[in-house]
Amino acid sequence: MPKQAVIPDDFTRPYYDACNQGKLVIQNCTSCNILQHPPAPLCRDCGSSEMEWKEVSGRGTIYEYGVIYDCPVASLQADQPFNVAVIMLEEDQGIQMYSHLPGVPSGEVPVGAIVEVIFEETPNGQKVPEWKVVS
Amino acid sequence: MVTQEAPDSIFRTQEGLGLWEHRGKVAAVGIGHSLTSRRWDGKPETSVGANSIIALRQAIADAGISPDQIDGLVLDPGTTTGAHWQEGDPIPMDVVNAYNPTSDPLDGIAKLSAEWILKNMPELTNIKFTMYGTGCMSKAIVVAAQAVGEGLTNNCLVLKGWHNLEGRYYQGGVNGQEGRPGLAAISSLWGTPASYGSALQFAAYCRKYGKTHDMMAPFVINSRRNGLLFPEGFWAQNRPDDLTEEDYFAARWIAKPANLYDNDIPIMASAAYLFTTAERAKDMKQKPVYILNHVSSRTRQRSLTPTLEEVEADTARTGRMLYEGAGISAADLSFENMYDGFTLFHQFHMEGLRYRGVQNGEALDFYQTDISIEGPNPVSPSGGNCGSGRTRFWMHTDSIQQIQQRAGARQITGVKAEIGVSGGPMPLGGDFTIWSSTPG
Repeated sequence: MPKQAVIPDDFTRPYYDACNQGKLVIQNCTSCNILQHPPAPLCRDCGSSEMEWKEVSGRGTIYEYGVIYDCPVASLQADQPFNVAVIMLEEDQGIQMYSHLPGVPSGEVPVGAIVEVIFEETPNGQKVPEWKVVS
Repeated sequence: MVTQEAPDSIFRTQEGLGLWEHRGKVAAVGIGHSLTSRRWDGKPETSVGANSIIALRQAIADAGISPDQIDGLVLDPGTTTGAHWQEGDPIPMDVVNAYNPTSDPLDGIAKLSAEWILKNMPELTNIKFTMYGTGCMSKAIVVAAQAVGEGLTNNCLVLKGWHNLEGRYYQGGVNGQEGRPGLAAISSLWGTPASYGSALQFAAYCRKYGKTHDMMAPFVINSRRNGLLFPEGFWAQNRPDDLTEEDYFAARWIAKPANLYDNDIPIMASAAYLFTTAERAKDMKQKPVYILNHVSSRTRQRSLTPTLEEVEADTARTGRMLYEGAGISAADLSFENMYDGFTLFHQFHMEGLRYRGVQNGEALDFYQTDISIEGPNPVSPSGGNCGSGRTRFWMHTDSIQQIQQRAGARQITGVKAEIGVSGGPMPLGGDFTIWSSTPG
């Protein structure tokens, strides 16, 4: 599926550089040791600015999903309907990532299944996390 | 006069605050509505600014006071969530110059400032207080209620206007471009439409409690029925068609399990209310509707989208805060008019209220019972956004009208309208008000 190109900025560059290296990193507050995603300048929990990018295992679980029939993003409309699943990270089930679950037919998402991260290239070469079902 | 955003101190966001200190001392006494339309036709007289002036003047007249008695104005300066004026599109200067403009040419067209209102309503000669409650009529109501209670204003207008333009919500802009900025891409690269989050929560709800999407039909049908009885509403004015179960089941999906009718239709409309002190309300034209409490949720989801668990926890907390500050219990509610912009989350609001004793997981079964305006358990008697179009204020107008016995064909008859609740928008986050026929 042709996602839009992703244009990293200074704030998100570490995240996207890690994606290009095949690594998944999530923002972590070093003051209270809580993961945070999406990233933000300050910890939403304690307000600290002492944030780091922490590598995570790349494993997760499918929380739930929806099937998109009417997508607002032009580049994805030709592939409707398609799945968008919410993945919960193994390290912290409160941290979510979205996925089209490549290879899973529309509407046939195995909720609760274990997934592993893969990295998909967007049109400008920037890679982004995607997820594949492993069990 | 520089208008500020309402400070955090206005909002009651915690449990344990006890009774609202201005409980029963603030009253709604006037209602005004513009006509509705699907989209703006480009004419000055149908702009969001023009519609808002109409609504404000109606609210003043409805209260039976003169404009020079108005000393306050609270509004949401935003007039859309998805029909943004595209950068580079020509500004219609004929419309701008048909009114007294501010320094922003889109003021009165694709946004609305207090300054624009005051420049174009010369009859408001005694405004001494203005404030923004940005986000929703629900928030503006809370701000105005607190402001009147604190004595910042005595006769306060509360306004929300909506514009809508050619094209579809959320299409175009960055969604039509080849690239997306890195931070935004983390959440929006996967192309989820606006109802996706609610659809996700609903899917988790059905999975957890063993329910189905088809069980939503009675709620949606009931809401459209009530909306068709709302003469100020979009469907009643423009497309007075019944909605049947067959229509609902056959509707195309948007973000399955959310279908077309689970999503509200964007429209143009403005509404205004007049709030005053309970003492002054006695001398005004309409029966006062007292505010017993207002609460706000500022809870944020942990990550990309709220989970069912987060939604259930926060709506229950909102319910507890509402009852605590109003000094009532769920059993005291005559009706509930909680938000329904995506129909699939209305039950979360209702379950959080424990309306008629409905617990988590029970709302869809409750929808299969008599939830009509004629029955003992009216659900969304306003018909909400589902019934009248995307404004997020039908619920408030109806709540006031029900208690004033002015809801017309929509008047609930199976139970006397004495105490009601309205608010939103989302189950996580929002502003909510308890209305009452007596000061308590």
